[in-house]
Amino acid sequence: MEGLLFLTFATIAVLCALNLVLQTHPISSALSLIGVLGSIAVLYLLLGGEFIAAVQLIVYAGAIMVLFVFVIMLLNTGAEKQPTRKIVVTWISLPLLFTFIALAAMLIAQQVPKTEVVTFGGFSGGTTLSVGRSLFTQYLLPFEVTSILILIAILGAVVLARKEI
Amino acid sequence: MDFLPATVPLSWFLILSAILFTLGVAGFLLRRNIITVFMSIELMLNAVNLTFVTFSYRLKQVDGHIFSFFVMVVAAAEAAVGLAIILTVYKNRSTLEIDDVSSMKL
Amino acid sequence: MNFFIVSLIKTGLVAFALLTTLAYLQWIERKVLAHIQLRPGPYRVGPHGLLQPLADVIKLVTKEGILPPQAHTFFYLLAPILAVSVALTAIVVIPFGPEVTVFGVTTNMGLADLNIGILFILAISSLGVYGVALGGWASNSKYPLLGGLRSSAQMISYELPLALALAAPLLIMNTLNFREITVLQGGYWLGFIPKWNIFAGPFPQIFSFIIFLIASFAETNRVPFDLPEAESELVGGFHTEYSSMGFASFFMAEYANILTVCCVGTVLFLGGWQPLWPAAYGSDFAPVVILFGSAAILFFHGANALKSRLWDRFSFPVFGVVFLILGALFLVPVLKPVVVPLFWFLSKSLFLVFVFIWIRGTLPRFRYDQLMRFAWTFLFPVAVVNLLVTSFLVAITSN
Repeated sequence: MEGLLFLTFATIAVLCALNLVLQTHPISSALSLIGVLGSIAVLYLLLGGEFIAAVQLIVYAGAIMVLFVFVIMLLNTGAEKQPTRKIVVTWISLPLLFTFIALAAMLIAQQVPKTEVVTFGGFSGGTTLSVGRSLFTQYLLPFEVTSILILIAILGAVVLARKEI
Repeated sequence: MDFLPATVPLSWFLILSAILFTLGVAGFLLRRNIITVFMSIELMLNAVNLTFVTFSYRLKQVDGHIFSFFVMVVAAAEAAVGLAIILTVYKNRSTLEIDDVSSMKL
Repeated sequence: MNFFIVSLIKTGLVAFALLTTLAYLQWIERKVLAHIQLRPGPYRVGPHGLLQPLADVIKLVTKEGILPPQAHTFFYLLAPILAVSVALTAIVVIPFGPEVTVFGVTTNMGLADLNIGILFILAISSLGVYGVALGGWASNSKYPLLGGLRSSAQMISYELPLALALAAPLLIMNTLNFREITVLQGGYWLGFIPKWNIFAGPFPQIFSFIIFLIASFAETNRVPFDLPEAESELVGGFHTEYSSMGFASFFMAEYANILTVCCVGTVLFLGGWQPLWPAAYGSDFAPVVILFGSAAILFFHGANALKSRLWDRFSFPVFGVVFLILGALFLVPVLKPVVVPLFWFLSKSLFLVFVFIWIRGTLPRFRYDQLMRFAWTFLFPVAVVNLLVTSFLVAITSN
């Protein structure tokens, strides 16, 4: 069951990520990214992170990506023009990319023993209760600092969005 | 269904995360639209988040979830400011091609 | 395997009931609006227009689906599917009743009993923006684009007060699971005031409930916040270019969202399936009395129908018999633990649906700047203050 779930959503994630990189129209890329986010949320559930999966959907898919789609719709610039890159670049970069992925996969497979497996329900510490407890005790200072960060971000966005600039 | 393993090796999650991260890097380098470049960054952040949560499972501690939570908060702040910058750039230069926005001053 | 079979049966039942309700919600809305405005409403298809939803479905399915030449085809077709599937998904976490044992099988009267029920609802409802925004953009035409932009801005703005209003009762309940929330609202103050969240707790959640209702009017794009589809200024808003099934899907999504919001409001604030007054005072017999009473009224009006309404002589007694059978179901001991909670849950939810229609029949539309100012300068601060007061009182009383 876990194998089927993982393979399904991992495939969706990789295909959507590929689509993100290959599509020329930004809105297609944005929708593919939403697909990646959704399938990663399912994988979080598989890993026992129910709170983080919900937050992934609410914050990432429901807020950040809506902003992206909103901006794309607002500017409505259409598809990217055909890149003027030389064909050599593509021919060098693609094999390099595959080599990099293969190397990373090999390294990971070597370092992580095969006996380490993920079973659904193997970790139950990702509930809202435990995340909240840890966030408001051990990580209270970083939490407060992020609120200041967000305040600064809001101010920055407001300043940038003014008409005079 | 015999070819499907009953359990998933931990390394698969990490490999998936590596693949997504690499694709994010590729998108960041290859794409020419600022918004798509920005989305590639988000993809990389997500790949990192997946690694955090996977290690959280391995160590049976909640800290990985907290880290990815903070990454999401930072991504939200980044999206707000970044998109505001993109809007301003578009207002001033009427283009989103990243090669045309190479100089700091008009 | 037993779990799968039970889940399949439950899913089938809920899906059938949900789709039928969605079709009839439109009939109910048209009828209630008509009676508010002193009109008869749909009347010709079937007795009192009862077959009107069926006729509408046939009309919409058989209509030609027009694909505008300037539209972005893929996204144009994707948007309504996205909207309706997201809207229908949200119903899975709603508990319609307590854990019951039917024919030796113990199961929850809900599809999924999630620990993160409310977060799930928030996540799903935040995905609902995409259907509307994409539909507006992909039509590639000015009114739909304006409607889509308005709706995404409006839904993002009103999601904040909505989430804050939802958070306040959760502080009292200390759980995110819908079933547990309802169970915790059982019992009565002084023996007769129900311990629902709008009455109970250290701080009555009546303000949260009102904020929740207002924000959900905006979230579901309803009057007085129906700017995304304001027909007097934007023709039809984001679905101007849609016809046939695309239009039907958007319509269905809107009603499904209303239903979900009403169910969530019922569970969080009105005590879910908990009866209005204790079973000791005979609340179990309320559905029987109501249904038998309506049957009696139907028989009376059927017998004394006007000459111009000869149909009623036949149709009213038929419905009277149906109501009698339904009422008799509440007296069968085997079914009683299933149907009585279901009755209370549905009557509260449908009352909220009625409030939605009532408001639509009463209030005019806001202007766009008024809408945004209302969200950010009034609703949001009030929700924050409400949350602060609630958390303060909870913190004091819990020690």
